[in-house]
Amino acid sequence: MDTDQLIRSLAADNAHRVPRVGAVLTMALLVAAPLSILIFASFLGVRPDVMTAMRNPFFDMKFAVTLSLAIPAIVVSLHLSRPEALMRGWGWLLLLPVGLLAVAIGSEAMMAPAMPMTMRLMGKNSRVCLVAIPAMSLPLLAGALFGLRHGAPSQPALAGALAGLLSAGLAATLYASHCTDDSPLFVATWYTLATALVTAIGAAVGSKVLRY
Amino acid sequence: MRGREDEWTGLMRSAMAGDDAAYHRLLKAVTPVLRAAARRGLARAGQPPDQAEDIVQEILLAVHLKRHTWDSEAPFAPWLFAIARNKLIDALRRRGRRVFVNIDDFAETLPGEAPQETASASEVAAQLGTLPQRQRDVLQSIAVESASIKDTASKYSMTEGAVRVALHRGLAALTAKLRDH
Repeated sequence: MDTDQLIRSLAADNAHRVPRVGAVLTMALLVAAPLSILIFASFLGVRPDVMTAMRNPFFDMKFAVTLSLAIPAIVVSLHLSRPEALMRGWGWLLLLPVGLLAVAIGSEAMMAPAMPMTMRLMGKNSRVCLVAIPAMSLPLLAGALFGLRHGAPSQPALAGALAGLLSAGLAATLYASHCTDDSPLFVATWYTLATALVTAIGAAVGSKVLRY
Repeated sequence: MRGREDEWTGLMRSAMAGDDAAYHRLLKAVTPVLRAAARRGLARAGQPPDQAEDIVQEILLAVHLKRHTWDSEAPFAPWLFAIARNKLIDALRRRGRRVFVNIDDFAETLPGEAPQETASASEVAAQLGTLPQRQRDVLQSIAVESASIKDTASKYSMTEGAVRVALHRGLAALTAKLRDH
C-alpha cells in the first residue's frame, strides 16, 4: 500500500472519536476500585477504635500522606500520557508525600514519645502492611495501566511506574484506616516499601503494555 | 518554518472539529517532512534508506490513533515530532540498533526537502494480508480503490456504520501488528 492510499484511509476514519485519556483512566479506576474494596472488606476492615483514632493527628496524617501520593501521581500520569510531555517541572509534585512525612516525623520527634523509636518504627503490622497494600493495589494497577494504554507515553516504564504509585497511594489510603500503627516512622518505612514494590511492578509491566 | 507549523496546527484544529479534507491535507503536508527525517535517521544508523517509507506509515498510523492526546490549545508540531521520534527509535531498535534520535532531526527539516509525492512500503501491505477478510476488503476498497464509505457499503452490502467500524478496527489492528511483529 502506498502512503497516499494509507492517508486516504486515515482521512476516511477521521470521524471516529474516542474519549480523552483522563475519562478512560477514571472509568478504569472506578471499575477496579470495588475489587480492592472487596479485598479490604474481606480481610482487613476498618480498625475497631476508629472513632478514638480520629482524634490522633498522626492517624489523620496517614491519609494526608497517601492521598498526597495518589492524587499527584494521577495528575502526573495523565500529563505523561501525552507524547511530547516531559517530567521536567512536574516531578516535585511527587515529593509532596515525602515532605509531609518529614514534617510528621519531625513533629513526632518533638513530642514526648509514648513508645521507643524502634517500636514505633517496627509497629505491629509491618507484615500485613507489606502484603495488604500490594494486594489491594493490583486491581487498581491493572485499571490504571488499562486507562493509560489509551495515551501515548514516550517513556512506557516511567508511565507504568506512575500507575504503580497512584494505585499504591489509593490502596494505602484504604489500608491506613485498618492499620493501628500511626507513627510516621512506621508509614515512612513500611508504606514506602510496599509502594516501591508496586511501583516496580508497574514499571516492569508498563514498559511492555504502554508502548504505542 | 513558523508559518508552516502554525498552518499545521490550524489544519489539525479543523480536522478535530470534523473537517476530513483538512485532515487529509495535513497528513499530506507532514509526510515529506517525516520521510526526510526517517531517511536521515536510517542513514545515521547505517541502514538502507529504502525502509523509510515503512517508518513513515507507522508514524502516520500512530498519529491517527493517538490524535486524542493532542491538546488543541498546544502547537501541533512538537506533538507530531514526539510521536515521529518515538516510532523512529522503535523502528531502529527493532533493526538491532540503539540509536538516540534528536528531536531537531524533525524540526530542522527544510521545507523544500524530498518533494517525492508518494512511495509504497512493504510492511503495511504485508500485515494487511493477515487482517480478517472484512477489514481487509474495506481497507482495500477505501485506500487502494479510493471508494467512499458509502460506495464501499453498497459494494459489500454492509451498513455505513459497519464499514466505519471495520475501517477503524482494521487500522488499529494494523498498528498493533506493526508494533509487535
